[in-house]
Amino acid sequence: MRIEIKDLHFTYPSGVQALRGISLTIESGEQVAIIGQNGAGKTTLARHLNGLLQPTSGEVRIGYWDTRRYSTAKLAARVGYVFQNPDEQLFSRDVHMEVAFGPKNLGYPKERVEALVSEALEMTDLLQKRETNPYDLSPTWRKMVAIASVIAMDTPIVIFDEPTTGQDAATIERIANVIRVLRERGKTILTITHDMDFCAENFERVIVMSQGQVLLDGKANDVLGQEEILATTYVEPPQLTRLGKRLGFKETVRNEEEFLTALQKRWRI
Amino acid sequence: MAIVNLHNVTYKYPLTETPALQNVNLRVKEGEFVAIIGRNGAGKSTLCYTLAGFVPHFFKGELTGSVEVAGMDASKSHLHEWVLNVGLVFQNPFNQISGAKYTVFEEIAFGLENIGVPRDEMKVRVEEAMRLTGISDLADRSPYSLSGGQQQRVALTSILVMQPKVLVLDEPTSQLDPIGAREVFGVIRTMAEQGMTVVLAEHKVEWIARFADRVVALHEGKIILDGTPREVLTSDLLLDKGFGISRYTSAARKARELGLWRQEQLPVTLEEAAEGFALTPNASPKRRCESK
Ligand SMILES: Nc1ncnc2c1ncn2[C@@H]1O[C@H](COP(=O)(O)OP(=O)(O)OP(=O)(O)O)[C@@H](O)[C@H]1O
Ligand SMILES: Nc1ncnc2c1ncn2[C@@H]1O[C@H](COP(=O)(O)OP(=O)(O)O)[C@@H](O)[C@H]1O
Ligand SMILES: [Mg+2]
Ligand SMILES: [Mg+2]
Repeated sequence: MRIEIKDLHFTYPSGVQALRGISLTIESGEQVAIIGQNGAGKTTLARHLNGLLQPTSGEVRIGYWDTRRYSTAKLAARVGYVFQNPDEQLFSRDVHMEVAFGPKNLGYPKERVEALVSEALEMTDLLQKRETNPYDLSPTWRKMVAIASVIAMDTPIVIFDEPTTGQDAATIERIANVIRVLRERGKTILTITHDMDFCAENFERVIVMSQGQVLLDGKANDVLGQEEILATTYVEPPQLTRLGKRLGFKETVRNEEEFLTALQKRWRI
Repeated sequence: MAIVNLHNVTYKYPLTETPALQNVNLRVKEGEFVAIIGRNGAGKSTLCYTLAGFVPHFFKGELTGSVEVAGMDASKSHLHEWVLNVGLVFQNPFNQISGAKYTVFEEIAFGLENIGVPRDEMKVRVEEAMRLTGISDLADRSPYSLSGGQQQRVALTSILVMQPKVLVLDEPTSQLDPIGAREVFGVIRTMAEQGMTVVLAEHKVEWIARFADRVVALHEGKIILDGTPREVLTSDLLLDKGFGISRYTSAARKARELGLWRQEQLPVTLEEAAEGFALTPNASPKRRCESK
């Protein structure tokens, strides 16, 4: 499902101008990473997509629905949002109930709810913890519960707000796998992240935000190679991209495979 | 002289069966910057809580062995004594805001106010700390209406401003933008050079390699490695146990198999990687030509 944002402005009641004219189109089935400095407006933007916030001016369309004309309950069937802080999202007594809440609430038949819940728990490695109270889990596991409860809703659009925060390498790989599975199913995915290696290794399109505006938007290799511009929004290219630059590679590399290929080319072997 | 001395520490949370820490021995010298790495659930936070007195004073449970930090002894000292000497930045910044203050400035000044630091000195210290963590422009904002990364910076600043003898940081950069994270490591490094003792749990191995003096790897509650960043971060054991390593180290491992990494040592920093990869590999075109 397509997302269209036109000249979006948003000012919090306190007077902070968090978004200052964002225009973007994300096509159905695209996977996009959003990066940029703390306070750039990434979370504020995400909250507009499921109607948690309404534009001060401009518009947001979710598959031709103008978010101003549809309730958050209606939008929930189209956009799943994994909160940056899982504690704002979780409220149930146990993991299973938490993950089942969304699909139940969308009115899916019982069998479909159970199938979606089991699958979501399996993808997030939570099967053993289905009876645990989310508040007895560590913050990293709570984030996994937040992810499971959103993917169980099977919405055409899924937004992840910093899914890899504080996670170890194996869990990051698990989250990357969740994203791969959703991609194969044709979901539209937006992922906000500060982890540049994760960004480079999992997304083809990258949007860079700075002070409420879009600074860069394009193919991952083109965007992640622009070291000076990225630095203005406190972003550094991924590790291997920086290394490739140091070694004088002509093309921008963003993962191990590209790096090793460029290295071999350099020594012509 | 060790300012932190854990001897045979084993700790079990109430109502649990497996100990979260098992036979941990750790000595940290004054002014040393030690990074703790480990997978989720390895015991990093529990170790941080132990150093900061929260284990056993807040979490209760069963602690054996001895814990001495900054001249205090866990079996004798109380938590209120502990917090005067040891600062803890919690893993979850969303829980650290005191709830008592209206502005970010007041929030950061809260601890100093509690210990009766005079108004003038307080102002200077708070402003300096806010400058170091890049939040000067947030001074008059409400601590509740901040972005995730801004909240984490506030939480960190409110501990730094106390200038504790021992600073314990549990993943303090998890929500920070990439350059912000590197800068915070730099600030912590500077504090260690000025004599503060720092223990930091983190996943960002690139910055650990560049800024820490020493790395301790925790696995299932036990210390499995303890050494310089290079020794620990290039160890095969880390790979076996599924720890995250830097892209530099893993690319060099692969390159070594292809004959494209010649050095004995694997790199842990960008500089080392750039140096090593710039060397002509064994199977260089030049040598191949000569042998024809
Ligand atoms: N509830 C709120 N009330 C007032 N201002 C807010 C609120 N939430 C966020 N802001 C402000 O809006 C701006 C954008 O915040 P936002 O949370 O969207 O940033 P972000 O890009 O997600 O940052 P981070 O990477 O730190 O999560 C910041 O200046 C922030 O302080
Ligand atoms: N408050 C608690 N009560 C019971 N068990 C806990 C508590 N906090 C952590 N644990 C358990 O202790 C072990 C170590 O956890 P933790 O110190 O949080 O690891 P890390 O910080 O490395 O992810 C885990 O098995 C975890 O489930
Ligand atoms: Mg955010
Ligand atoms: Mg932890």
